Amino acid sequence: MRPRPVAGRLLADRAVRVIMVPAALVGIVVLAWILWEVVSRGAGALSPAFFTTLPAPPGEEGGGLANAIVGTLLMTAIATGIGAPIGLLAGVFLAEFGARSRIATAVRFTTNLLMGTPSIIVGVFVYGVLVLPAGHFSGWAGAIALAIIMLPVVLRTTEDMLRLVPNELRESALALGSPRWKMTLAVVFRAARTGLVTGTLLAVARVSGETAPLLFTSLNSFYWPESLGEPTANLTVTIFNYAMSPYADWQAKAWGASLLITVAVLLVAVLARFTLEGRKGRQW
Amino acid sequence: MTSGGGKHRADWTFRALTALCAILVIVLMGAILARLLGNSRLAFSEFGLGFLSSQEWNPGTSEFGALSSVFGTVVSTAIAMLLAVPLSLVIAVFLVEVAHPAVARIVGGAVELLAAVPSIIYGMWGLFVFATIMQRTVQPALASSLGFLPLFQGPPMGIGMLTAGIVLAIMVLPFTTAVTRDVLLMVPPVLRESAHGVGATMWEATRSVSLRYGRHGIIGAVFLGFGRAVGETMAVTFVIGNSHRISASLFEAGNTIASSLANEFNEASEPLYQSSLVGLAVVLFGITLLFQIVAHVWLARLGRAEGRRS
Amino acid sequence: MKVRSVSIAVALSLVIISVLSVAASAAVTINGAGATFPEPIYAVWMYKYHELKGQKVNYQGIGSSGGINQIKAGTVDFGGSDAPLTPIELSESRLVQFPMVVGGVVPIVNIKGVGPGQLRLTPAALAGIFAGEITEWDNDVIKKLNPGLTLPSDPITTVHRADGSGTTWIFTSYLDKVSPSWHQKIGVGKTVAWPGGVGAKGNPGVAAYVQRVDCSVGYVEYAYAVQSKLTWVTMQNRAGKFVAPSSGSFQAAAQNADWKNAPGFSLVLVDQPGDGTWPIVGASFVLIRKEQASAETAKALLGFFDWCYRFGGAMAAQKDYVPLPMSVVEMVEAMWKTSVTAGGRPVWK
Repeated sequence: MRPRPVAGRLLADRAVRVIMVPAALVGIVVLAWILWEVVSRGAGALSPAFFTTLPAPPGEEGGGLANAIVGTLLMTAIATGIGAPIGLLAGVFLAEFGARSRIATAVRFTTNLLMGTPSIIVGVFVYGVLVLPAGHFSGWAGAIALAIIMLPVVLRTTEDMLRLVPNELRESALALGSPRWKMTLAVVFRAARTGLVTGTLLAVARVSGETAPLLFTSLNSFYWPESLGEPTANLTVTIFNYAMSPYADWQAKAWGASLLITVAVLLVAVLARFTLEGRKGRQW
Repeated sequence: MTSGGGKHRADWTFRALTALCAILVIVLMGAILARLLGNSRLAFSEFGLGFLSSQEWNPGTSEFGALSSVFGTVVSTAIAMLLAVPLSLVIAVFLVEVAHPAVARIVGGAVELLAAVPSIIYGMWGLFVFATIMQRTVQPALASSLGFLPLFQGPPMGIGMLTAGIVLAIMVLPFTTAVTRDVLLMVPPVLRESAHGVGATMWEATRSVSLRYGRHGIIGAVFLGFGRAVGETMAVTFVIGNSHRISASLFEAGNTIASSLANEFNEASEPLYQSSLVGLAVVLFGITLLFQIVAHVWLARLGRAEGRRS
Repeated sequence: MKVRSVSIAVALSLVIISVLSVAASAAVTINGAGATFPEPIYAVWMYKYHELKGQKVNYQGIGSSGGINQIKAGTVDFGGSDAPLTPIELSESRLVQFPMVVGGVVPIVNIKGVGPGQLRLTPAALAGIFAGEITEWDNDVIKKLNPGLTLPSDPITTVHRADGSGTTWIFTSYLDKVSPSWHQKIGVGKTVAWPGGVGAKGNPGVAAYVQRVDCSVGYVEYAYAVQSKLTWVTMQNRAGKFVAPSSGSFQAAAQNADWKNAPGFSLVLVDQPGDGTWPIVGASFVLIRKEQASAETAKALLGFFDWCYRFGGAMAAQKDYVPLPMSVVEMVEAMWKTSVTAGGRPVWK
């Protein structure tokens, strides 16, 4: 076998290094650009009243989106509580138990199909199953629609991350007498911790910006979410309504709410990583 | 090795629980698909296979065809993936191999933050900010340099297929980058060290060891991005223009299956109209399934070539 | 340890959520959904009504068809629609319909040197432009109508709604009524097969687009034209006069319309007679069930609408909407007395 000339190999390496920096910059520039727009248009709307008062009509002083904030928090939390564990466990099945079985292949295909489903379809489906028979819109239906959207994202990343954990780790744990379930949860999960957290965070980020599914399930409301069994206020549908209106103050609130969502997801991400990965962050 | 019924039962319960969750996914998808097929039956019985080959989309005369939506979905997703996947790969490698840890944390956080931006913001930013740039700068530049290609002909409108594809690429980027980065982080250091030990450069070690080891995860990241691009409802509706005509130029308006659904579902009042929209969703599943099968077969062939299980 | 603290946090949150779900509110919230066109004024009315009477009324804009579908499905207490149902559809679905508020749709343009109200168009010209028959602003037809303006020879870009919309429905109803060729080729709808042009999302999309692209023309709800100070067009109405869009010219349409001979109030307000009438006007309708489940809710529901009719006029005018003339209100409430029942007995006295 003829060895490739060193100069060529070094050139290839250098070329890649040179491309990398502008590529990373593209990501940052785009983000900065979008964030700049959101901040400059929305920061002004984030007054204390924004977080504590109910919506006011356009042109009215004050007014806020406190009910929508609470509604979104509730529905996203419930959705995560439903979607993340199911996704995690199903991912465990695919990575640890099912692997090459036909069921596993079927589940993988299904997961990809589910991931490509337009969120409006999920909304219409949950409408048909939960809203229509019940005779009213509800926050529960909204949470379930969001959970369905989260599920495949968590599932897919969980399976991929778990499969990357070297088998030696599993074998050592088993060799020490650990039961399968404990080995999975204590050893494998810990090793894949970063990736699992990323998967869940991506899923949360994805659903916190979704409007279409909520339009058909939880609708929206001007009032406090006193019960999840009725139309529930939420940020995304409100953003959509306000952004599509002719009034400058409503539009400003729409941008403000969008900024809030973005910042909130970032905070959740930082908090999650801190809590679950420890202060030292990723260990590598 | 195992002793005591307790351990057995706990393991069995755990295994059963995970299997249950996995099967739940299939059941869910089955239920969704069943409902979609039921609701689209009217359209398919009315138009037959012609639904797939017709460009016509006329709510007035109740003639509907999926071709323009399919075309738009394929083209916009292709643009998005062609732009996002290589970029995310490069950024992920940068974050893992080259960047200073502090820089990696900041850039990584920045990319993840992009995922947190609500999709309607992408739509509004796309329409009110990006489309202006496209119309005034990017599209004229493309027209003057590459205008001989039918891809870049026609008046620069700012909105259209190209803009939609780029906006989708930006939306896909954080998902594929974050997952690829985490995949690369999972590569056992010992493998990389061995590569360096025999004299590989950073790029060679990455290509031959890290990317190969993590290739399933990276494919997973690609599918994640694909799912996002193909199903994106809100952002695309703002910038694609919703024209049901097929055009060779990327500057022209178009529509995707998801954007047609988002734009027209709420106001579709006649049963055939509604059914046709649901039919579009069914066609979308077909496209996603096809993409998967192709990828699956390709991966299997790669795996066989290496003599390893795929 | 960490797993434990996380699970405790989760358990606690679930408890809080369950408690919240069980806690019921004193008064029942009335829910409505439908057209986005009246959404802002409904929001104002509901806010004030809640302040005054403590009754919560909720309305969300999901589109006219959405409103019709939801009231038929029984998931809301009332639906909102810009397109009225025909009497047959009303009796089939056992619904009752009445107009609530009136507004106008305004063509907007972007032509260098042309300011708001300066461009004059006839119905035929407008239809010709959107049908793709008139392709430049310096077309003879338009030049003859506007002798004082210098019009460019660049091609016209028409901007329509990408999303299905009641505004489109009103606009195409007008074009359909005044142009036989439009009626034949394109017709009326919340979405139509526009011959050419660009689709923009929502009224803001159309407004943004027209503002950005030279020689373009679009159509938006009047409130948008006012709030964003767009370049609106003077239209020739049925009486042959050129009118500007305003609350007054919209009200003229509502006043001069023949409500008495419209069963189920199923009337489209485009191209109405009168010298000062704006030709592209639409009413937004409310749909409720004929047989109400609960007399209490029904009374609260109708009570709200009655309050809006009697006390909401000034608020509507302030938001660039036109309140219904009192003569029409009387007709509506007379209809309530005879048609809306709960448990077999009429609800409204």
